[in-house]
Amino acid sequence: MAELMRLDAVSRRFGGLQALDRVTLDIGRGEILGLIGPNGAGKTTLVNVVTGVHRATGGRIHFEGRDITSFKPYQAARAGIARTFQVVQPFPELTVHENVTAAAMFSSGKGGLREARAFAAEQLEFVGLSATADQPAATLTLAMRKRLELAKALAMRPRLLFLDEVNAGLNSAEVEQAMGLINQIAGTGVTIVLIEHLMKVVLSVCSRIVVLHNGALIADGPPSSIVSDPHVVEAYLGKKYAQMAAQAAGNP
Amino acid sequence: MTTSSSPATAQGSGELMRIEGLQAGYGPVTVLWGVDLVVREGQITALIGSNGAGKSTLMRTISGLIPTRAGRLLWQGREIQHSTPAQVLGMGIAHVPEGRRLFSAMTVEDNLIMGAYLRSGNRAQLARDLERVYEIFPKLAERRTQAAGTMSGGEQQMCAIGRGLMSAPRLLMIDELSLGLSPLLVEQLVEALISLNREGLSILVVEQDVVAALEVSSQAFVMDMGRVVQHGPSDQLLADPAVRRAYLGALAD
Repeated sequence: MAELMRLDAVSRRFGGLQALDRVTLDIGRGEILGLIGPNGAGKTTLVNVVTGVHRATGGRIHFEGRDITSFKPYQAARAGIARTFQVVQPFPELTVHENVTAAAMFSSGKGGLREARAFAAEQLEFVGLSATADQPAATLTLAMRKRLELAKALAMRPRLLFLDEVNAGLNSAEVEQAMGLINQIAGTGVTIVLIEHLMKVVLSVCSRIVVLHNGALIADGPPSSIVSDPHVVEAYLGKKYAQMAAQAAGNP
Repeated sequence: MTTSSSPATAQGSGELMRIEGLQAGYGPVTVLWGVDLVVREGQITALIGSNGAGKSTLMRTISGLIPTRAGRLLWQGREIQHSTPAQVLGMGIAHVPEGRRLFSAMTVEDNLIMGAYLRSGNRAQLARDLERVYEIFPKLAERRTQAAGTMSGGEQQMCAIGRGLMSAPRLLMIDELSLGLSPLLVEQLVEALISLNREGLSILVVEQDVVAALEVSSQAFVMDMGRVVQHGPSDQLLADPAVRRAYLGALAD
């Protein structure tokens, strides 16, 4: 698999806290990579460093062969790296459609408002929010706001998409819809890094999983080897879940 | 916590809270269209249903955060639907809200102590309860002097639950128990709640993982469009094909 992004010994320190500790990771073009780990392990910090929200205090990051280590967030976004936020933050007074149009306008630099609006409408159709396009974003339920977050990210026309807990707070039926969307996005050629605690989702969607613990990668491999890795079980899954996950991985 | 744990209450057959025809909403929007629900003493009761069904609004109405428009809220037989949030907390109903709502600039320990702000006197008891919270969530002890807003989402959830426990409630209401928590933490949290429940604490929990919610609870209420549409013993609901179809999806099989 051709390499899309490469992290070489990437570190980030906040005062006395080593949030990321020499993380080395290849992300292959077209894969759906699961990024899991305990709360506070540094998963969101990794996304923040890759997207320029925080600058790496050590190491290099390459995207499509370019060194993007010191990119600002807007540069990373325009280079083709999009992300969703755990705590969704739409412009509450703007309509759903306007929120996505803003993202579409920002990303391309090409075309005008008319094209951006049309492209935004396509994204809303794709995530199933067309019916609420003209409502203020503040009126959406949590499940809908998560989908709006996804539409905003897609409107950036990313080649690499970080999904940070897009399924948190959704019930099982809603999660299933969201998984369908993730698979469809991957089907269009977008590479996806999925940060997720719902192991059902991670195991059924991801071809490869990496595990972060105390800022360092402790495992990297296919789902079947991850769920049986004793370090991962101890740090993250717990014994009860490991048994369930092992069964799920056994018969997908 | 300091909940009494006589065998009678631990058995849990008496009614702790009864809700009859409860209506509430926001401005011109009605969310609850007449909710009927009973929470029994000493039990874990689950509240399930899709997003937008009204589960959080029900908890907010019980807490007095939004006014009751019609219907009755009975706490140990007494009408409390017009009580203020502070009065509701004072009666022993603690609410762990969705989104944690911590005081983000305050330390973890100060957040926990804030949970006990209505309790009078007895510093020794307060210190014991604080230690108990740290026992349940050792991570909070490690971070006791850290500003709550700088912790990860999962750690904030622990702090919010710990703060709820610090009011020494009779009924602990938790909105979105497992939101953003790792599988291991969810397992530990569920174990902690079961052990608190064994000591007599009654719990009302909203949880999106319907299987987990039904496994941990003894009674469950299914909400849809602002009403309770189904209720019963959790094991029966778990086996009900209609419930499985609506809320579990194919993932459950």
